[in-house]
Amino acid sequence: MSKTLNDKIDAAAETLLNRTSRGREDFETLVVVPIFAVIVALILGALIMLATNVDLATIGKSYVALAHGSVGSLSAISETLTAAIPLVLAGLGLALGFRAGLFNIGAEGQLLLGGMAAVVAGFMLDGLPWVVHLPIALLAGALVGALYASIAGWLKAATGAHEVISTIMLNLISFRLLDYFLRQPFIQKEGRADPISKSVPDSAELPRLLDWIDPNLRVHAGLFLMLAAVAFVYWILFRSKIGFAFRASGENLHAARYAGMHSSFIIIAAMATAGALAGLAGASQVLGVLDRATPGFSAGIGFDAIAVALMGRSHPLGVLLAGLLFGALEAGGRQMQVDAGVSIDLISIIQALIIVFIAAPLLVKAIFPWGFRSDSQAKGGAK
Amino acid sequence: MISSQTQSTQSGTTLDSGKARQARITGAILLALACLVLFVFGMDASGDATFRLSRPTDPWAVPNLVVPAGPFNYIAGAILAFLGVRQFLQGGVRWTSLSLGLGLAILVMAFLVWATAGKAFSLTGMLQATMVRAVPIALGGLAGVLCERVAVVNIAIEGMLLAGAFTGALIGSLLGGWGGLAAAVVVGGAFGFILAALVVTYRMDQIIAGVVINLFVLGLTSYVSSQVFSEYRHLNNAPVFRAFKIPLLGDIPVIGPMLFKQNLFVYGALILVAISTYYLFFTRNGLRARAVGEHPEAADTLGINVYRTRYIHVTLGGMVAGFGGAWFTLGSVGRFDENMTGGRGFIGLAAMIFGRWHPVGALAAALVFGFADSLQQKLALLRTPIPSEFLAMSPYIATIIVVAGFIGKAQPPAADGKPYVKE
Amino acid sequence: MDVELRGITKRFGPVVANDGINLQIRAGEVLGLLGENGAGKSTMMNILSGLYAPDTGDILINGKKVVFEDPGDGIAAGIGMVHQHFMLVPVFTVAENVILGVEPTGRFDYLDLKTARKQVRDINDRYGLEVDPDALIETLPVGIQQRVEILKVLFRSADVIILDEPTAVLTPQEVEDFFDIVRSLRDAGKAIVFITHKLHEILEISDRISVLRHGRITGEGDPAKLTTETLAEMMVGRPVSFTVDKSPPHPGRPMLSVSDLCLFDAHDDFALDHVNFEVHSGEVVGIAGVQGNGQTELVETITGLTRPASGMIRFDDENVTRASVRDRHRMGMAHIPEDRLRSGMISNFTVAENMVLNSYYAPAYSKGPEIDWPKVQATAAQYCVDFDVRTPSVFLPAGNLSGGNQQKMVVARELERETKLVVASQPTRGLDVGSIEYIHERLIAARDEGDGVLIVSSELDEIMGLSDRILVMFEGRIVAEFDTTKGPIDRNAVGLAMAGASS
Repeated sequence: MSKTLNDKIDAAAETLLNRTSRGREDFETLVVVPIFAVIVALILGALIMLATNVDLATIGKSYVALAHGSVGSLSAISETLTAAIPLVLAGLGLALGFRAGLFNIGAEGQLLLGGMAAVVAGFMLDGLPWVVHLPIALLAGALVGALYASIAGWLKAATGAHEVISTIMLNLISFRLLDYFLRQPFIQKEGRADPISKSVPDSAELPRLLDWIDPNLRVHAGLFLMLAAVAFVYWILFRSKIGFAFRASGENLHAARYAGMHSSFIIIAAMATAGALAGLAGASQVLGVLDRATPGFSAGIGFDAIAVALMGRSHPLGVLLAGLLFGALEAGGRQMQVDAGVSIDLISIIQALIIVFIAAPLLVKAIFPWGFRSDSQAKGGAK
Repeated sequence: MISSQTQSTQSGTTLDSGKARQARITGAILLALACLVLFVFGMDASGDATFRLSRPTDPWAVPNLVVPAGPFNYIAGAILAFLGVRQFLQGGVRWTSLSLGLGLAILVMAFLVWATAGKAFSLTGMLQATMVRAVPIALGGLAGVLCERVAVVNIAIEGMLLAGAFTGALIGSLLGGWGGLAAAVVVGGAFGFILAALVVTYRMDQIIAGVVINLFVLGLTSYVSSQVFSEYRHLNNAPVFRAFKIPLLGDIPVIGPMLFKQNLFVYGALILVAISTYYLFFTRNGLRARAVGEHPEAADTLGINVYRTRYIHVTLGGMVAGFGGAWFTLGSVGRFDENMTGGRGFIGLAAMIFGRWHPVGALAAALVFGFADSLQQKLALLRTPIPSEFLAMSPYIATIIVVAGFIGKAQPPAADGKPYVKE
Repeated sequence: MDVELRGITKRFGPVVANDGINLQIRAGEVLGLLGENGAGKSTMMNILSGLYAPDTGDILINGKKVVFEDPGDGIAAGIGMVHQHFMLVPVFTVAENVILGVEPTGRFDYLDLKTARKQVRDINDRYGLEVDPDALIETLPVGIQQRVEILKVLFRSADVIILDEPTAVLTPQEVEDFFDIVRSLRDAGKAIVFITHKLHEILEISDRISVLRHGRITGEGDPAKLTTETLAEMMVGRPVSFTVDKSPPHPGRPMLSVSDLCLFDAHDDFALDHVNFEVHSGEVVGIAGVQGNGQTELVETITGLTRPASGMIRFDDENVTRASVRDRHRMGMAHIPEDRLRSGMISNFTVAENMVLNSYYAPAYSKGPEIDWPKVQATAAQYCVDFDVRTPSVFLPAGNLSGGNQQKMVVARELERETKLVVASQPTRGLDVGSIEYIHERLIAARDEGDGVLIVSSELDEIMGLSDRILVMFEGRIVAEFDTTKGPIDRNAVGLAMAGASS
């Protein structure tokens, strides 16, 4: 082959390596839609308050409290971060599952049992130095979460049982299991008749980061765990080989199978990884905040994490941002309850509404037609 | 629904070696059950188990059924062992499912006899409770059938039940039982319509839409109940529809109290199942609806409006679920509690799968779940050595077994879960 | 009934599928509509049947302008369409499918299936279609399913019948039977539109021909005055030969040998029934047969996607019966799957990601547990150049490419490495002529480099053009073998074998 021809081919190959520019469409779905979604959800939230006989002044007061309680002070920010930690951890797991085509609703159960395991590892191994003890307790949480999630993964891989139903049932089972464990003599706190576990010793606790400023600032070292998990999940999904297989199976299971990927293994591995992250979320909650396990200590974090993963579009950085937003709503919501007497359950309504608008961008475009370019310019093609 | 993925993984081909393996696994399970029945239920059981078949007040009193617990369970164990060995050795391919079903039924009987040994237990009462507890599951399953027959996966049944329960309590407290019931149906239908709008018009992922509706309803009802009900208790105090006996039929022993001495919701569920069976399989619009679920493009080319059909049926499904939700308040306690549906909507979905997307099948499956549910309640009274938490799990475990065990065998509507995009 | 299209234009986003089309359809006449894949034939007919609305232009029926709001209007106006992909509900009976949308009913909306059956039988008798109204569609062979589609159209008393690529799934003999039905419909006064890309068929059946290219009518004429060459030039825009240039094969050692392969389907019937054959290096073996006679299962078994119930597969002198897809790929088996969108590629993945879909794990593309993306991207760019995949960038999602470029991307991924056996299933289905020619050349080049090539196609012309040996599959068995190197073979004999007549 002549030299010039070779050069031409190289040049042609070179131009193919130019990245296509990110269009306005990306900007719309990643930035504009979420902003609109939050605004509409807050407006609808106000309407719901109106409908339940809350007067306008109180509504104003509650939204002021919402802002104040989430970012208005150092302690508010600490609360926001504290609430965000388990949401982001569990949300990352769910996002990873979504990418692999698994709609895992079971974070709540994985989180409960993972947290339970961390507590048990915490008080059973009392006396170890913290460098050993804390990692073991965290690991126990991740491991149990992974095992519990693998049940649903195995059921799907082996029998085709849809993970939505099996994970929901596993959630319900986990509530009963937790109740059962909390009554066992080796777990239940001495001298208590109600279901409550023994406390975690200091050596297994995630240390608080800002207690040198004010002992009431609860933000803890789980923050670093959260950031590390964001980087880890990003690496898994977009850099590693297994993550490529996860994403391929999630996008097109047939093509993945035809390409020689082992779908059963991928399903179980993805579920286990997701479960490990949810278990870690539970562990960070008990080791960093609660200090012990009680019935329903997860407080719906596993369900809110679904919303976080959806809002973050199953991208680790998106999950981080969505987790911070939801953490802020959570922290602000508590302030709202105190200041304005509006139930914190309003926050779950607002969260659900945000997700509706994010998952149905067509709906947002229908409400705000002027915010978007017209459809005729959108790329299309013959059917 | 559910998992088009796995079905195609098997790409429609099964191996005969696979079937033989399945038979061997079944055989092994049956043998294990036989051991359980023989060595746990059989050896541990002493005395007679007494099952009451009627109440003293019944016009036709039926004598109690008295079963000697030990011998009964030895025989049950022997039958199980026989079935297991037959499966195991012969690889009796043709009877695998039937043997497993029979084996599980025997297991339940043996378990009941063991638990009741030396005590008395009202079978009639349990069957009656089975029917009652099957109602929300059957109605949830029926709602699922209506939606999935037009290829819309409805994960939001749980939320619709909850919305129905809440509305029933609130409006029932204000306007009385019938007003509450009507409002529950309307609100259920409204959420059905919202789901249809989200997935049909706005092409939102069906599972996400369902999950979000569940979160929304849970949030809304919890919010109102803590914001409003805690303060105005009279708003959460609805009248309850009492059971009424259908003359003559209600006096039949055992069956009578189960089917004909119930409240409005039980009769309503039975009638709705009958109507929807007729509608889906014997009418013009039923045929069109099923065509939309199986092959929407074909339906569209024949002038059937796919979108409208989906809207109508998902809304109808929501109304059915709203009616089922009212059972929790107007048909039971008259008062709304946060998240009081406790996963019944999802169990309803499992009933739909188990019932092969057929209303009657869904009802039958719901009875199985209702049985598990009432069994765990009654057993708690019998003081078995099994911790109550584990008994309370049994409906959920049954659901998982059903979803895992029957998914590959039942065929969902072909277009199930897929949005239809018309140019 | 006469129908006229005037200045019909339809766009899908930036793609102009139909561009100012004028067309006359007359009663008692077969209008042949010729065009290659993607020329806009189906779009035009979907507009005529009311499924799509045109952006501009008018439809006139008997000189009067009509507007179709939805498919029901097209049917009501007497226009019926038999789609290329059958619009039948597989779990319904023939009668239920036929009456769907125009059901006879009794009280309480009761579905009167008894009347329906009788009406179906009446039409059956009138046109000699011979279909059992109570049979379930999924149990019927495709040839019969097509008759059900025609029944549907006749049941709605359509005067204009559009047939979209109706012969794609038929054997040559079934095509003859089908043409008889078409002629009898024409003689009964129906207007027929026969859409195809097959030249000899259109010459045989049409009374008048229109040719469509890039969404425009590029030629019209009388079949008596046209030849396949002139038609081909009108259709493609340049002279094309449609024959594959290839030298005689030099078969070497057996590369793939399949013995006694059996597989069962969901109903416990044989999907593969004791299949035996060999593919040698340096030869092309073509598997002909009507779709659904076990070809898909055979390919899935050879490539490791399905485990056979019994039998053995040897590849390159090794027993690979239980080897995984990845192992076989690694040993040098290339697989071009029959449905690229479903199983050959991932639309939302970039071209680069698709290029390594089955080799991403290989040491060449990875650093430990990580994928070496810059290297993958550079390689993908090279492949795109080598295989003429036209894309502005390897970072573009593969779903944005045209069908021909997508398929070339799949072919590049499978062939651009050391291969020993190429299994190509429907390698050119739905592609434009240029891409078809290119892919055929590449497959022959693979043979000439010493690979064994196994081609499965339902296009008999493709099989006959490419293969050195032809095997015919029927009901899971290999029922006939033809050697094309020993002189020309009889198309009819192959067709008979495809229909199950023992040779």
